Amino acid sequence: MERVFDTKVQLLKYKVLKAVIERAYAGTLEQCMYDIPKEIVPGPKSDMRCCIYKERAVLSERVRMAMGGDSSNPNVIETLPVACDECPMESYFVTPACRGCINHKCMESCPRGAISIDGRTAKIDAEKCVECGRCAKSCPYGAIIELARPCVKACKINALKISEDKTAKIDNDKCVMCGACVQSCPFGAIVDKSYVLDCVEILKEAEQSKRKVYAIIAPAIVSQFKYAKIEQIVEGIKELGFHQVIETAMGADITLGKEMEEFKERDRMTTSCCPSFVMYIERHFPKLVPYISHSPSPMVEIAQLIKRTNPDSKVVFIGPCASKKHEYKLEKTKGAVDCVISFEELQAFLDARGIDVSTLPESPLNNASKYGRIFAKSGGITQGVKELKEKYGLTKEICPLALNGLEQIRVAMLRLNAGKLPENFLEGMACEGGCLNGPLCLSHGDKNVVDVDKYGEQAHEQDIAMSMTLYEMTKNLEEKNKQ
Amino acid sequence: MEIRVCIGSSCHLRGSYEVIEKLKKLVADNALEGKVNLAASFCLGKCGTGVTVTCDGEFWEGVTPETVEAIFAEKVLHTK
Repeated sequence: MERVFDTKVQLLKYKVLKAVIERAYAGTLEQCMYDIPKEIVPGPKSDMRCCIYKERAVLSERVRMAMGGDSSNPNVIETLPVACDECPMESYFVTPACRGCINHKCMESCPRGAISIDGRTAKIDAEKCVECGRCAKSCPYGAIIELARPCVKACKINALKISEDKTAKIDNDKCVMCGACVQSCPFGAIVDKSYVLDCVEILKEAEQSKRKVYAIIAPAIVSQFKYAKIEQIVEGIKELGFHQVIETAMGADITLGKEMEEFKERDRMTTSCCPSFVMYIERHFPKLVPYISHSPSPMVEIAQLIKRTNPDSKVVFIGPCASKKHEYKLEKTKGAVDCVISFEELQAFLDARGIDVSTLPESPLNNASKYGRIFAKSGGITQGVKELKEKYGLTKEICPLALNGLEQIRVAMLRLNAGKLPENFLEGMACEGGCLNGPLCLSHGDKNVVDVDKYGEQAHEQDIAMSMTLYEMTKNLEEKNKQ
Repeated sequence: MEIRVCIGSSCHLRGSYEVIEKLKKLVADNALEGKVNLAASFCLGKCGTGVTVTCDGEFWEGVTPETVEAIFAEKVLHTK
């Protein structure tokens, strides 16, 4: 069956992941991995690149990324140089709409004398151009346009540079792994590493040892699989070999409860659920690190809770997020999560195993409250704090602000750094719209927020109280057992 | 003694959270905090019949928020 994705690049990535997973199960991955590019691009004609050989060379790189990428690179996002060489370098470009007028406003406006008139058409000298954009603004015909690289434009924090050979290069000291570049590159030349083979290994081992493997799913999942009900997805995940599927939103309930508690002792705080937001503060504003909440993220919180109830189990997070692939390996998470895969990878996994979720019976999903579930959208935590503050004894003045996307985060952190930010509870989500618009989502769209709100309303629990009770209960028992 | 209540989705929808609240109260009312550990579990594998509750590994049949007090009286307090 042909899957529908937002982009052709996603479809390509999906085909590679599916082929890799199929071979991993057949036990033929080592021998046959070089056949995958040929299988996907059989030829003789190419429709993506100059020739099938280039297409296959790029696909070999995609296979490598599907198998975990470069383990010596600490970034979970890598550029594929062979796939990236197509974007023009000149950032301002004179289009044929140039009428060759007499005024030459473009020439006059250029502070560097980079524009000349050649045969009644403006010409920009790339050597002299400093990309100020004045010429584009001055042209009465709008004939000069900015040709920014989609990846550079998408990266709001200047972590993408163009190297000497004109390929994109990620500055690992600046990058916060939000994945915006992955989503934006029309050639699919920037890719997240996949740990799906680790997940396959965990499930295979569990089948032998009878270990229980739990899937924790991010709440954004409800906006993703448009062709099936969430309850069918849950059943499909179980058919992959997972013992149970649990909502990460239950961890979000606990994170929300803890953050409100924590705020009672603090004057100002930034949220901890988005790893890219946390990383942004750490890497770009180290002075502001003391403001970061100490409460673990929802993913870590629910994984720890599961492991308190079953210490021998393993936990795999399934979400829309690139930076969660980094977060779960951080020391502070204490190995709570054993693997992270994306929604894209889940789709490939299900199809590789021949599981068509739309034909499956429904398996219930109800662990979290409304508040945990709406963590998937920008403003969700803020809404939770506003609606629950009185009930949870937050008597002091709390002034929350939802920062939607890295651009808003950047501006707010500059103001906070300068001591000019009046708000004191700062929710940050690196992806615009929140997790429901994460880079590894199957579908991105404005309607996703409707799905998430609906899912929130359908929750059995309309308050975080019970999640907090279970947190305390499992915590107390753990302490007791230690003694 | 360890009483484990399933908090998986199926049992949750059948009222396992209420069962936990009631058990907590029963343990406290009977001053059994030192003797009875109340634990949670994600799925004990009996999704069709829940709320699934085990006591030192033994399954308690027919637990609901309505029946839990009587079953606790019988199995733990031995007053029935």
